[in-house]
Amino acid sequence: MNPLEAVRLALDTIRTQKLKSAFTLMGVCIGVMFLIAVVSIVNGMGVYLKDDLVGKLIAINSFELRHRPNINMGDTDEATWREYQRRQRLRDHEVPAVVDVLPQGTRYAVIADNNLTMSSQYGGGPRRVQVVGVEGQYFEIKSLEVTEGRLFSPQEYVLGSPVVVIGPDVVERLFPNLNPIDREVRINGLPYRVIGVTESQGSAFGISFDNVAYVPLQAPARRYFNASPSMIDAVMIQSPSEAELTETMERVRQVMRVQHQLRPGQKDDFALQTADSALEFWNKLQGYLVLAGVALPAFGLVVGAIVIMNIMLVAVAERTSEIGLRKALGARRRDVLAQFLVEASTLGAVGAACGVALGVLLAIIMRTVTPLPTVVAPWSVVVGVLVGAGVGIISGVYPASRASRLDPITALRQE
Amino acid sequence: MTDTIDDIGISTTGERRAVVATPGTTPEQDWVIVARGLKREYDMGGEIVRALQGVDLAIRKNEYVAIMGPSGSGKSTLMNLIGCLDSPNGGEYWLNGMLVSAMSDDQLARVRNREIGFVFQTFNLLPRATALQNVELPLVYAGIPADERKRRATAALDSVQLGPRLHHRPNELSGGQRQRVAIARALVNRPSILLADEPTGNLDSTTSQEIMRVFEELSSQGQTVVMVTHEPDIAAHARRVVVLRDGLVESDERRARFVDRVGIQHSTTKVAHD
Repeated sequence: MNPLEAVRLALDTIRTQKLKSAFTLMGVCIGVMFLIAVVSIVNGMGVYLKDDLVGKLIAINSFELRHRPNINMGDTDEATWREYQRRQRLRDHEVPAVVDVLPQGTRYAVIADNNLTMSSQYGGGPRRVQVVGVEGQYFEIKSLEVTEGRLFSPQEYVLGSPVVVIGPDVVERLFPNLNPIDREVRINGLPYRVIGVTESQGSAFGISFDNVAYVPLQAPARRYFNASPSMIDAVMIQSPSEAELTETMERVRQVMRVQHQLRPGQKDDFALQTADSALEFWNKLQGYLVLAGVALPAFGLVVGAIVIMNIMLVAVAERTSEIGLRKALGARRRDVLAQFLVEASTLGAVGAACGVALGVLLAIIMRTVTPLPTVVAPWSVVVGVLVGAGVGIISGVYPASRASRLDPITALRQE
Repeated sequence: MTDTIDDIGISTTGERRAVVATPGTTPEQDWVIVARGLKREYDMGGEIVRALQGVDLAIRKNEYVAIMGPSGSGKSTLMNLIGCLDSPNGGEYWLNGMLVSAMSDDQLARVRNREIGFVFQTFNLLPRATALQNVELPLVYAGIPADERKRRATAALDSVQLGPRLHHRPNELSGGQRQRVAIARALVNRPSILLADEPTGNLDSTTSQEIMRVFEELSSQGQTVVMVTHEPDIAAHARRVVVLRDGLVESDERRARFVDRVGIQHSTTKVAHD
């Protein structure tokens, strides 16, 4: 008997015993459903963090030179943290040496920022806004454009003119129903002129990226960014390609070690933060979460396996005379074995398919009614179906081998 | 003793003796069944039951033989051996020139599939399958492709006048129709023997007659038929009757003589039940 015939036979049996098959499938179905759902939650979190959060903070093929990482996902221990606190801040005068070693085509920007109070005479109270002092190709690296007005001119960078480009949230708050261009705004009391409004940068975890204002680094507000005006927060560096990124990072590391007079063997006292390094902890965590996401539904699958085995044993007992007849008509041991094995694994696979469908549905429902950004992982669908069929095969082995060993005479005599 | 028209093609006692007497030699082609000193013992919880104690039996192609005997005579055991469902403890069994008594389980399954067409007392149709699917079953195990299966199964059902009932399930058919489906299934692989075990046991007398007519027709078309029954009036439909007692052949005779001896009135036209 060919395998296709066995599958057709199995499907026939399942079709003719719908209710019983449905109950049989349930264990595997629920197991696979949760597998898909849990993995899609974890996966969704990962995609969200990568694309929406870190992706927005750190541009493609770029890294930030900082005195310590500013994106920490909870994996910093006490000792590391204390070491971070002792580190010296980056200073203005260290930047030219870094810029010197950058390969051609590399973009860079220098940043200093702080949460400062902004106010205007047109309405709204004073508001805490993240004010970023920038120099270099900041807007190019971030691919950030203005919807109104313009960005800074080279002269404004050099002179440190009191001009500001503000985010949409700031417009809404400080300039209700007004065109903010060329109007005055105060940053910690210092007068600035609005020259542009940026496009929206969205939000992550309910925190808006639009409550932001950009000023030239050398502008008067600089004194409020850090304890000393010569301190900077980061040098943002973007390579033209991923391949060059590694090389550039190595060059920057070496030049910084020289400037900080580090001996060989001494650890870096600065950080080169990439999207990957920011996500390192998450990637580690995700592994555990996926493991848990697979392990917990596995209990469901074990239950499912036991149910299938039980039902198959009942089926063998119920269909003893059928087995006898099939043997009398020429079925060999392996034909009977295959019939019941295929039946069990088809049950498992159909159960898994139901589970996949329900799991995907559950993921979609969660995405719409809860803030959990679920994304179904394709591999989990494949694993789900394979595991379902595997459960079927494993739980079918014993009943099937019992069926195949039945003596045709005794089996035929049974009514 | 005079041969009637019924007896044409029946092996003579002398021929049978000759073919049974030479153990180890392959019988000539026209002998479908040759059993030499067939023995079968069962171990029933330490007690040895000798179901067959050395049965000699030879059946030629196109014979229509009934095997009779009271319960405990060994007729079921003999039928299981003839049907290749069981292997003997002693003696040899040649089916169509093959020494079946030495075969493995899987070889026996193949022989059953190709050489034997079973008809059971309880029909043994798959309840959830249609008549057509039931008849296709032996062809499935013979590895015949689906189209060919369908064509042959339809033809087999046509030959037992069930052409219009192809897609009926067993519970939608009468007892006689069910048994005819079973006969179609038995014949679909063109077996060497049609082996029927109490084929009328679950049928009323009219339907039994109907089934017996089918057997007679098949026999007249050249099909070898072996029928196991405990009812003398059913056995009297066969052209030759073998009676077993206590695991041995008690008598092996033509219908006419059997009918005379047992005293059945209208063997071919009417079966009187009760």
